Amino acid sequence: MRKTINPCVLLVPVLLMTVIFFDAQVHAEEENEKSFLDHFPPIEINGFFELRAGCRMQEDLYEKDSSVMESRLQAELFTYTDWAEFKYKGDVWGDGILERGEYDTREAWIFSRPTDFLDIKIGRQVLTWGTGDLVFLNDMFPKDWQSYFIGRDKEYLKAPSDAAKISFFTGLANIDVVYTPKFDSDRYISGEYISYWNGSLKRLAGQDAIVSADKPDRWFQDDEVALRVYRNINNYELALYGYRGFWKRPGGETTSGTAIFPELNVYGASARGQIGLGIGNIEIAYYQSADDESGSNPRINNSEMRYVVGYTQEFAKDVNASIQYYIEYMLGYSDYKENLSCGPARDHDRHVVTLQLTKLLMNQNLELSLSSYYSPSDSDAYFRPNMRYKFTDKIVLEGGANIFLGEEPHTFFGQFENNTNIYAAIRYSF
Amino acid sequence: MKTSIFLIGWTLLWGLATNTGLAEEHASPPPTVDEIVHKANHMAFYHGKDAKGKVEMVITDKQGRTRNRVFNMLRKDDGENDSDQKFFSFFQAPADVRKMVFMVHKHTALETEDDRWLYMPSLDLVKRIAAGDKRTSFVGSDFLYEDISGRSPAEDYHELLRTTDTQYVIRNTPKKPDDVEFAYYNAYIDKKTFIPMKMEFFKNGDQCYCIIESTKVEDIQAEENGNNVVYPTVTVSVARNLENGSTTQMIRSNIRYNVGLSDNIFTERYLRRPPRDAMR
Repeated sequence: MRKTINPCVLLVPVLLMTVIFFDAQVHAEEENEKSFLDHFPPIEINGFFELRAGCRMQEDLYEKDSSVMESRLQAELFTYTDWAEFKYKGDVWGDGILERGEYDTREAWIFSRPTDFLDIKIGRQVLTWGTGDLVFLNDMFPKDWQSYFIGRDKEYLKAPSDAAKISFFTGLANIDVVYTPKFDSDRYISGEYISYWNGSLKRLAGQDAIVSADKPDRWFQDDEVALRVYRNINNYELALYGYRGFWKRPGGETTSGTAIFPELNVYGASARGQIGLGIGNIEIAYYQSADDESGSNPRINNSEMRYVVGYTQEFAKDVNASIQYYIEYMLGYSDYKENLSCGPARDHDRHVVTLQLTKLLMNQNLELSLSSYYSPSDSDAYFRPNMRYKFTDKIVLEGGANIFLGEEPHTFFGQFENNTNIYAAIRYSF
Repeated sequence: MKTSIFLIGWTLLWGLATNTGLAEEHASPPPTVDEIVHKANHMAFYHGKDAKGKVEMVITDKQGRTRNRVFNMLRKDDGENDSDQKFFSFFQAPADVRKMVFMVHKHTALETEDDRWLYMPSLDLVKRIAAGDKRTSFVGSDFLYEDISGRSPAEDYHELLRTTDTQYVIRNTPKKPDDVEFAYYNAYIDKKTFIPMKMEFFKNGDQCYCIIESTKVEDIQAEENGNNVVYPTVTVSVARNLENGSTTQMIRSNIRYNVGLSDNIFTERYLRRPPRDAMR
């Protein structure tokens, strides 16, 4: 992940330069009359500079008062030849919370469309599929909830994968296969930015107890495969999914208390399409916890069923609302409860209602939005109001909050109550 | 039978006349209101089987501040007789929408909603967008969705107000007045090309609040069934919102017709990785 430079990522810029150079050479031999530089494809350079600051609204014993404090530069390079496209996107930022400079390659990939029925994208890339609106069931690609909870731009909710995506297009159905040679976990809540409920300490914790996890990291052995088979029938989008890999955030611990990522297989399906005036979506997933199929090991997550059903509609001019009902249903619950040695037991099922509202004002230059999650089973909630104003085509001002509420300190959103924060940002794009 | 042969002959003659501009006006009987309206709808939105081009919008507010929108647009007709169409818009500017793709499968049958998708590359997210009010601003400009993708003639009653030396003036009154913000609009249609040169929108009786004018029309050469044809095309148009003082100039360039766009382009595959046709 961040800071660790992975050979795959290094490979892409090198290949990119080689290809550009090679392409130029070949053409130069063909048409000697043109100057050497004419043969380089045009390279598009874009990016932004951003300042972002935020603070907690209450004292948190385990974290700083500032929730986010950073100055960030993102640069994006894109070019193409006759047979391929190349992209690099990277961020450097001074991080006031970690008190150090950071670098992250967001994208570094080669894309090619060699035949009518095949697309290939290799390298570091952001991947998304599935029908949920900010709820992910069959999308097993890495997320970064930490960035989302401290109020970074929505783009950062998705962390990149180092993977090869191969897509086949046939009359019957389309198939996407994503192979990740080395497991890419979520950028999960580790205590660095956000305080959390620590099960072993039986209290809230943060920078005093940064989660140290034993992550599977053997190339081509600790790998992930994700599959999607999809078809569009009269613009009703139907899909089947499969995944073989690991729980994306620590889903268990060893007897000595080290967090681990147990093996996980996921099988699912989804459908999305027009219903009445709006769009309906339904998605289901079976999470098979391969290291604890019976559910008898209390140190490893049990298998689960996950369901979401949603509906989105524009109900007034430039006002959009989307509502979803999401359920996580634990399998083998009686075994889990019998073997639970310590700590409060999880509920058998977790219910979450989500509501997203978006309103555009002032010739669509001002966007007001609210993302909200409420769990009646956990009695906790998360609200993310946000306001974005496009001051000019290049300058965007943003403000918002992350509000966590809960009755218990160990529930999913309740544990983050002391992290409730407000933030503001200014971004200049070039 | 005789009538239908006459009609076919008449239509062919008109096709020739508008394509070449050679026919004498008095050679044909004056067209009916419905013919004018359908012809105008065709000229504005249905040239050729498909089209591609670049669209630049300059939005100037009352204080003179400007904002730009730039996108490449691909279009392919999906039905017979000027009906369903597919649109693919690849955004180049401003920065916050760069490389986003907006795809629409337009359905002209009444009570059938369009299918819309938005692709956000930074999240690799294909978002299905609920069909919305078509009378809302397109990308924050003074043009509305319907001004870009076309308003079905079947949604209005049409009345020929008058005929001038160069134009037919048609009043269009909505069949469902509660669904739209206007009470009626007058369209000034060029007698030779059938291009709508001006549209004035009225509400609260006779208060004109919006004017859209075609300020430049160019003849675009194209091939149709192996023959060279000319499609007169609006390349510059201006929408003026008289209520808030905002103006949008829309400039279309690099226009090409009948380029042979594949149906596949208007699917999720190309939404996620746009075709070269859209990026260049």
